[in-house]
Amino acid sequence: MQINKEELKKSLVNLIRLTSTSLPDDVVDSIKTAVQKEDEGSAAKNALTMILKNIEMAKEQSTPICQDTGTNIYYVSKPVGIPSRDLESLIKEATTIATEKSYLRPNTVHAITGRNPGDNSGIMTPYIHIEEWDQDALEFKLMLKGGGCENVSDQYKLPDTKLKAGRDLNGVYKVIIDAVNNAQGLGCAPGIIGVGIGGDRATSTIVAKQQLFRKNHDTNPLPELAELENKLCKNINELGIGPMGFGGKTTVFAFKIGHLHRLPASFFVSIAYMCWAHRRHTLTVKNGEYTYD
Amino acid sequence: MIKIQLPTTEEIIRKLKIGDEILISGVMVTARDAAHKFLIDKNPPEYKEILGNTFIYHCGPVVAKENGEWRFVAAGPTTSIREEPYEATVIKNFGVRGVIGKGGMGEKTLAGLKESGAVYLHAVGGIATMLAKCVTKVKNVYMLDELGVPEAFWQIEVKDFPVVVTMDSHGGSLHKEIRGKSDVQAARLING
Repeated sequence: MQINKEELKKSLVNLIRLTSTSLPDDVVDSIKTAVQKEDEGSAAKNALTMILKNIEMAKEQSTPICQDTGTNIYYVSKPVGIPSRDLESLIKEATTIATEKSYLRPNTVHAITGRNPGDNSGIMTPYIHIEEWDQDALEFKLMLKGGGCENVSDQYKLPDTKLKAGRDLNGVYKVIIDAVNNAQGLGCAPGIIGVGIGGDRATSTIVAKQQLFRKNHDTNPLPELAELENKLCKNINELGIGPMGFGGKTTVFAFKIGHLHRLPASFFVSIAYMCWAHRRHTLTVKNGEYTYD
Repeated sequence: MIKIQLPTTEEIIRKLKIGDEILISGVMVTARDAAHKFLIDKNPPEYKEILGNTFIYHCGPVVAKENGEWRFVAAGPTTSIREEPYEATVIKNFGVRGVIGKGGMGEKTLAGLKESGAVYLHAVGGIATMLAKCVTKVKNVYMLDELGVPEAFWQIEVKDFPVVVTMDSHGGSLHKEIRGKSDVQAARLING
C-alpha cells in the first residue's frame, strides 16, 4: 500500500474537525432517549435540550462541541511497509493545522513550567498508539477526552475493605458504583463509563479507555461482562445525579467493561469516565479512498 | 426564567435561590486556574474595576482573531472546584457577585457567597458552541501573553447566557442536596 502524504494529512485534519465538531450517531441517540425521560420544565430536561441544540449548532458551523478539545488519543492500524514514524509526523502536522483552524484549543502545557506551546505539541501528545495488521488498509481511530471527565476517572485495587468489595465481579460492581457516585455531575454527566479489570496500574487504565471506542449500544462478547454492564445500567440511574448533577433520571448512558490478565498479587479496576460529549470518529484509507465513521 | 443584567447589585443577587434558572446579559470576565492564582498572589488593585459587581466565568475558550478582532468560537464552563482554595477570597477582595462554572464548589466558597452576597451559577458543561454564540463581543483581554489563551482574563459581553443557580447566598447548595441523596442510594446498591 502506498500513501499520498499530502492527501492523508488533509484527511487527518478533517478527521480532527469531524471529531471535535460532531458526535457519533450512537451517542446522539443516547442523549435523545434521555431527554424524553426527564420531567417537563426540570433543569435536567433543559440541560439535555441545550446539549442537543449545541450538537446541532456545532455540526452546522464546524465549531468545537466543547471548548476542552481534550487529550487527543489515536489508535492506528497499519499494513506492513508503512513506517510508523511517517504516520506519527503526519498526525502531529495535522494537529498543528487543526489548532490554527480553531478545531482544537491550544491545550497542552509544559508540566513543570506551565508554558503553552500554542499548537498542541509536547511530550507524548497527541497520544498515538500504532499497530500493524494484516489488512491492506490504514485505520485511524481518534477520541478527544476532556479534562473534567478525566479528573473524575479513578482506579481501585481489590479487595477494598471500606466498600467490602472482594476480588470478584461483585467487588468490581461495587467499586464502579462508588466511582460514579463520587464523580457526581463533575464529569459532565450523563457519562459513558469505560472499565479495565486486571493488568497493572497503567495497562488497566489503557484497557478502560480502549473500551470507550465501543458503540454505546453494542453487547460485550463475554457473557459475564455483558450481564454486569446491563446490571450497572439498570441500577446506576437510581443514584438520581442526573445531567450535570442537577438531579434527574439519567446519570450514565452505558458501561463498557474490558479485562486483561493480572498478576496473582494484583487486582486493579480502572474507571475511565467519559462525558456526554463523547467525541470519537474513525478514518479508513483503502484503495485510495478515504472514509469516515 | 429570571433575567440578570450585569453589572448587578448585592440586593438583586441576595434574592436568588438554588434551582433558579437565569439568563445573563452584560459584561463579565473569564478566569480560571492561573488567573485565580495571579489574583491571590498579586492582589492587583486595578482588577477591582474589572471584576467588581460582575460575574467570573470559569472558562478557557477557543478563540479566533478575524480582522484584528477576537471572537469566541467555543466557550463552555470548566470544572470549578479547582478554584476552591481561592474563590471566597477573590469574591471578597474584588467585589465579585457571582461565579459561573460547572460541578459546583465546596464549603469555603459557600460560606464566602453568604458573607459577600454572591452566587454560584452552573452552566451546562460541554455546550461550548451554543454558549460562544451568547458572547456578542470580546471587549478586552488581559494577561494574554503571560497566561495563554485558555487562562487569560477575557472581558466579554454576553446576551441571554443560560445558567442555573446551584449555590446561593443563604447557604443553599443543590450539589450538597443531590450528593446526600445519591450517597444513600449508592450505599444501598453497594451493600445490597
